Amino acid sequence: MSLSRRDFLKTTAAASAAAAVGIAVPQEAKAAAAQAESGWRWDKAACRFCGTGCGIMLATKGGKIVAVKGDPAAPVNRGLNCIKGYFNAKIMYGADRLKQPLLRVGADGKFDKNGKFQPVSWKRAFDEMEVNIKKALKASGPEGVGVFASGQYTVMEGYAAQKMMKGGFRSNAIDPNARHCMASAVVGFYQTFGIDEPSGCYDDIELTDTIVTWGANMAEMHPILWSRVSDRKLSNPDKVKVINISTYRHRCSDLADMEIIFSPNTDLALWNYIAREIVYNYPESIDWDFVKEHIVFAASPVNMGYGMRRSNEKSIKDGKYTDLEMETISKEMVKIVSEKEAPALAPYGYKAGDKMVNKPAGLKHWEISFEEYKKFLAPYTLDYVAKISKGNSEESIESFKKKLKALAALYVEKNRKIVSFWTMGMNQHTRGTWVNTLAYNVHFLLGKQAKPGSGAFSLTGQPSACGTAREVGTFCHRLPADMMVKSGKHRKIVEKSWKIPEGTLNPVGNQHIMKIHRDIEDGVVKFAWVNVCNPYQDSASANHWIKAARTMDNFIVCSDGYPGISAKVADLILPSAMIYEKWGAYGNAERRTQHWRQQVLPVGDAMSDTWQWIELSKRFTVKDVWGEQPLRGNKKLPDVIGKAKAMGYSEDTTMFEILFANERAKSYKKDMNDPINAGYDDTDSNGDSRGVIGSDGKEWKGYGFHIHKYLFEEYANFGRGHAHDLADFDTYHRVRGLKWPVVDGKETQWRFNTKYDPYAKKANPNSDFAFYGPLAKALSQGDLTGIKDKTKKGLKNKAKIFARPYMDPPEMPDSKFDTWMCTGRVLEHWHSGTMTMRVPELYRAVPEALCYMNPGDAKAKNFKQGELIWVESRRGKVRARVETRGRNRVPKGLIFVPWFDEKVFINKVCLDATCPMSKQTDYKKCAVKLYKA
Amino acid sequence: MSNLNSKKPVITKRRKFLSTMAQSVGLSVLGGMVWTGYIEEAKSAPLILRPPGAKSEPDFLRMCIKCGQCAEACPYDTLRMAKPGDNKPMGTPFFIPRDVPCYMCTDIPCVPVCPTGALDEDSVSVVTEGEKVLDINRSKMGIAVVDEESCIAFWGIQCDACHRACPLMDEAIVLEFKRNERTGKHAFLIPKVMGDVCTGCGLCERACVTEKAAIFVLPHEVAQGKVGDRYIKGWDANDEKRLNDVSTDVTTQTKRSELAPQDYLNSEEVLFDN
Repeated sequence: MSLSRRDFLKTTAAASAAAAVGIAVPQEAKAAAAQAESGWRWDKAACRFCGTGCGIMLATKGGKIVAVKGDPAAPVNRGLNCIKGYFNAKIMYGADRLKQPLLRVGADGKFDKNGKFQPVSWKRAFDEMEVNIKKALKASGPEGVGVFASGQYTVMEGYAAQKMMKGGFRSNAIDPNARHCMASAVVGFYQTFGIDEPSGCYDDIELTDTIVTWGANMAEMHPILWSRVSDRKLSNPDKVKVINISTYRHRCSDLADMEIIFSPNTDLALWNYIAREIVYNYPESIDWDFVKEHIVFAASPVNMGYGMRRSNEKSIKDGKYTDLEMETISKEMVKIVSEKEAPALAPYGYKAGDKMVNKPAGLKHWEISFEEYKKFLAPYTLDYVAKISKGNSEESIESFKKKLKALAALYVEKNRKIVSFWTMGMNQHTRGTWVNTLAYNVHFLLGKQAKPGSGAFSLTGQPSACGTAREVGTFCHRLPADMMVKSGKHRKIVEKSWKIPEGTLNPVGNQHIMKIHRDIEDGVVKFAWVNVCNPYQDSASANHWIKAARTMDNFIVCSDGYPGISAKVADLILPSAMIYEKWGAYGNAERRTQHWRQQVLPVGDAMSDTWQWIELSKRFTVKDVWGEQPLRGNKKLPDVIGKAKAMGYSEDTTMFEILFANERAKSYKKDMNDPINAGYDDTDSNGDSRGVIGSDGKEWKGYGFHIHKYLFEEYANFGRGHAHDLADFDTYHRVRGLKWPVVDGKETQWRFNTKYDPYAKKANPNSDFAFYGPLAKALSQGDLTGIKDKTKKGLKNKAKIFARPYMDPPEMPDSKFDTWMCTGRVLEHWHSGTMTMRVPELYRAVPEALCYMNPGDAKAKNFKQGELIWVESRRGKVRARVETRGRNRVPKGLIFVPWFDEKVFINKVCLDATCPMSKQTDYKKCAVKLYKA
Repeated sequence: MSNLNSKKPVITKRRKFLSTMAQSVGLSVLGGMVWTGYIEEAKSAPLILRPPGAKSEPDFLRMCIKCGQCAEACPYDTLRMAKPGDNKPMGTPFFIPRDVPCYMCTDIPCVPVCPTGALDEDSVSVVTEGEKVLDINRSKMGIAVVDEESCIAFWGIQCDACHRACPLMDEAIVLEFKRNERTGKHAFLIPKVMGDVCTGCGLCERACVTEKAAIFVLPHEVAQGKVGDRYIKGWDANDEKRLNDVSTDVTTQTKRSELAPQDYLNSEEVLFDN
């Protein structure tokens, strides 16, 4: 607890006590108390919500956050906010905050899976976790311990979790909800650039002439960026064009010069149509200097399935899926090529009616010639694309064709700068990786990428999907700074930095977030911990995962600020410190890292997720986790206890001593005279005045060193010198965020462009661009159908254009389930609503999720406006009210139901098909039937 | 699609200010003399919001038999019957949008059940292909007005919760885009109420995220001014439709014209100083 707060409490308490008994207080003390009472403190922080990354200022008074303002100095928002940001001061103070650990217990006080939640001590909570993790490790090895991680973790939390999971438990079964939101973008970046995250930055908005939104409702999901787009439009309304491309009309159409409503999944065809126009009809627009020097063409298998369960998986064999569900799941193994996709698949040798046998293909791809790419593009004529893509049955084909031509013309127009923005529409897609790479194709062909005002730009959904999930690498396959668990070289780098024995890290990283759910259902994962997310509300096919968690032999822990669906499903609930109750850092969609200090003490006995992870590490010793460990498929992790001993550890050295309270950590002293620390609480490092009884049953007094600075600096060291350079901890407390790579104190606006990116300049000093990302930078040679010459050719500094065709999604409307269903968000609520549904104003504004429907469909089905109906898929059903008016105007044959409302639990309806490459769920497409409730 | 150059009339705070002024002037002139009666009429009745299709307030009060069938029919419990203490004409139906707005049912269950026509079905119907069809969008329960001081969209906050809540979005409430010179790179997205379309359902007032709603519904007679018929906008071809019902009684009167010409001319007043 800070000195100023302690003084304040002492003085006010004395003053009021004195007044109560009528004792005269010295004037000086009275004045000090009055000042403390009227005074408040402003300090900077990042907004809690989306990936835009607005800067805010928080006013703290009497130990509570009492107000928020937009930070006028923040470059992203310059003092503005959207209405979620406007309520940052209220999000931590819902009446039902979780204040103490809760465990399901039976009448005897012992843990009982079917018992009722009762308060327990932190010590008891960790005792239960320790017992159940040891049980899970014994039953299934490291693969039996899973973590639902988050794109809303602070950088430090994510790093602490990843270190204990991968370095301690040797489990890679840690995967964030960001998998659901960004994974397709990531694999798109890896395959195209060899390195993650966008080349451009938000300044592109002010510099461009054209903004095209592809499956991105920026007006509701990135409102502050949308207000920048609006301003750019207003600055030159004739020149600047805004195009909105979506499967239904949403708020972006309000500003748009043109709206293109397409049929679900055909964005693949739209991108290839533009590319075909360029290659066949406007060849003069191709920037051949750029393409020849910087690009190779590539192809990959098309029969890769849809990321659903396969027939050899346990729960399928055990009959846990109904016949109706299997109608869709069976396409994971074999599908029949449809009339709709046949022309696009013709260059691959398929015709309509053919059986396509799907096989897991991984991330395999190979180089092809430009001629082969041209052959691939041939089918995407205006006639074919318009026929399969037109999404509004009430629009004429002529009108739609005219729009497609106009769209292509805008991209092609020489000297016209153009930015393509996308979010969930392109990422949540069973061909999400494909469609991401198709966006870069068009920009590359035209030489409109990685230039001020031009580029394909993937926007992020979550506040630290970039900063934590991606950069820290809290994915099952990743390590910090774009390193991979499967690379021996990368594992060695990490093991060395963490001072853990070589061979400790697990090379098999395949337990992505849906796989963790499926592994729980298969009985492999026996212990799972929910961190800063709500996986039991936000995962598709939700009925399966809830049933598996509640009825099988496993132990689910949920750390949260508020009780939600995941807490309800859990066996143990841990009360977490919320955003401004801890030190933290987030990284936004334009690579901007932003830090904040702990503003107030957590409510009740809540403690940070960082603390929870580090306290857990005290319960595990070298002999508990570093002996030989079994993996699936008769694989093993080696015994590294001997090596550990050689490093000076004993069998009884705890993971806490090795991973968190080591010599390096202790060198980060907590100096309360340092202006960054002075006057600010740091519950994790110092303890605080609440005197919370900690994991050992004694009062929590802090680690005694600056744990947050240590975690950040150790993590940041992985990226420094590797094109992921972050500034030092102290710098971030002085500035309003910096866009990495930060080289010589300067941030980078446009990566890969030698004018702006020092790493590009270094990699290719005499050229204009260098796509220096190191991943998948040597390819075999082949044609569209496969590899013909296995010799790998290097492609240093080059990026890739991919041939990737239109294909149908695995589930489409048919006679039984006749309507497309799409889910998504609304401006007023954040994700599953755990925070925003507790802000009275936001709750009142949008108290329930509605079923947006075309008025023609409602009339045909005899539904009245506002009437409750059932929305039912092969997997489950929910009741929702019909809304034929309002913010989303859907075409006939499609409904939109937001997912923030646990009472309209739409993820029971959604399908857990994923992009087979990125493993990101396609929440945007499944087939439903609608009937009166 | 774009509302960048919207030129439609906008209900501003000024009108609300003027109507409030008129009320307080009335109060101070009448003093304590008829105080109680005045409160009932000026404070409650003019600010009361009636169900869809309600006749003008004096006619409505005359025709409503306080049977409660409209409130009974309302599926959302929007409509309430005035009780003692509500400070509204006793037993008559009304709604308070901030509590429960009118959800604009397309089948308008509250109106056809009215036994007296106090709720007039014709006023919420259209005739299409010779058939009378209910059309809730025609209802005129009141009109939404925006207090620009407390509406956070005027600060530059990206809110527009009222716009998204509006069942006639982009018709009854439109967004006006304006550059924000203060930040230099953002735009204001400002809600503007289209008085001729707004039904007064109050879904905007309900959704407004400020502590006390910055957009709220007032009865037409309180919220709206009225321009005279003798000037038609030269820039708006539709405006001359106002001439359809124009009165041909064009005589004007001021204090200056109160004397007949001869009386004026034969008087020597003003010409000579006494």
